[in-house]
Amino acid sequence: MIDVKNLSKSFGDHLVLDDISEHIHPGEKVVIIGPSGSGKSTFLRCLNLLETPTSGTITFEGTEITDPKCDIDKIRQHMGMVFQHFNLFPNMTIRKNITLAPVRTKLMSQAEADDTATALLRRVGLEEKADAYPAQLSGGQKQRIAIVRALAMKPKVMLFDEPTSALDPEMVGEVLEVMKELADEGMTMVVVTHEMGFAREVGSRVLFMDGGHILEQNEPHAFFANPKEPRTIEFLSKVL
Amino acid sequence: MFEWLNKLGPRLEAAFLEGDRWQLYLRGLLTTLELTVVALIVGVALGVLVAVIRTAHDQQRPGRRKSIPLGILDVICKIYTTVIRGTPMLVQILIWGFVIFASSRNKFMVGVVALGINSGAYVAEIVRGGLMSVDIGQTEAGRSLGLGYLDTMRFIVIPQAFKNILPSLGNEFITLFKDTSLANTIGLTELTYRAARIAGNTLDYMPPYIGIAIMYLVVVIILTWLQGKLERRLRQSDRR
Repeated sequence: MIDVKNLSKSFGDHLVLDDISEHIHPGEKVVIIGPSGSGKSTFLRCLNLLETPTSGTITFEGTEITDPKCDIDKIRQHMGMVFQHFNLFPNMTIRKNITLAPVRTKLMSQAEADDTATALLRRVGLEEKADAYPAQLSGGQKQRIAIVRALAMKPKVMLFDEPTSALDPEMVGEVLEVMKELADEGMTMVVVTHEMGFAREVGSRVLFMDGGHILEQNEPHAFFANPKEPRTIEFLSKVL
Repeated sequence: MFEWLNKLGPRLEAAFLEGDRWQLYLRGLLTTLELTVVALIVGVALGVLVAVIRTAHDQQRPGRRKSIPLGILDVICKIYTTVIRGTPMLVQILIWGFVIFASSRNKFMVGVVALGINSGAYVAEIVRGGLMSVDIGQTEAGRSLGLGYLDTMRFIVIPQAFKNILPSLGNEFITLFKDTSLANTIGLTELTYRAARIAGNTLDYMPPYIGIAIMYLVVVIILTWLQGKLERRLRQSDRR
């Protein structure tokens, strides 16, 4: 589904991603873990070109999105993204937050988008917040709305960039719950996270990144039971 | 001293009441206000356009081919702001009135052009600062949903920037209001022009000039008060 070949990214002299090749298959739930500064967020942000790779190619369903001629707006309509800091639009109601993109990209009429928003909000138990503004919501509610906003575009893949890192501990659960349901429905997901429990339970594959490389990857049970690389063992001993 | 006060009555009468001269001041003040409002509309339209072009140019993704038309527009905008901000307002008005539109009899239009174009350069910098003050995450969220650059600007960034720049825009409005007095040099019949004429006719300069100074001051005090009120209201909507 997403094919990454020889991806490198540097900020000035600082090499953040070093020649990464990886393939993400439909229906996979890929969880990326690793210490801060390992390049995992940058890798995720390269997938929908929020960061422009320095070299290498990324192909999404047969379209090379790193090609300058590629219409990236069209591609991004099929790739939802959830941010660490939610990034809800504070100047709009929750309903408008959700319906803006589907309506402006002509995916839906306003009426269809409103129906979609209502249905999605009901699913995450926030239908009574439709006319509220983001400032009136808790962090966990904001992040659930942010997930819903991305889902309203009916994406084929969802990218999560540390979705629970900015939350109060007691709100982490409600967000992970929504993500778990999404995984059960078969959504293709790429998740950068520090939630090892989530990685173990929901992930179909765990990638460990450090120093701009994918050092080790495996299916979650084997990964957590028998890590092979010394760096992975060291990291897991600290976080588990 | 007593003699001076004794003569003041007739002097004031000559400057303001004789031949219903107060009506001339009033008409002058109205022209001044009209000129300010129309010039500000021109200035804001121009300023937003320049600011969006310059921000779009500066925010082009590094590593990709730069857009050539955008580069040309950016250079034009830079020349515009440099020339306008680097020359005195009075000189600009004289050039518009006696060089470019030397044969025009519609002095109001010339005044609008001169003041509007001047104001646009300052507004552009204010708006540019406002656009840059909006968290980059807002742009990323908009773009990640598949919205184009212009839609993201129009629905997400500009409405939020507007709130931040309102105080500076209010100051610009006040500056522009006072700068309209310079347009008397091209024969635009605004407040200062009227006062100069009356002073010339009565051969008494003190009452008309002190009189209009008070009028300008009163209007500025009212505008400042309105500005404060508006800002307080906007802050309230933040807390919600």
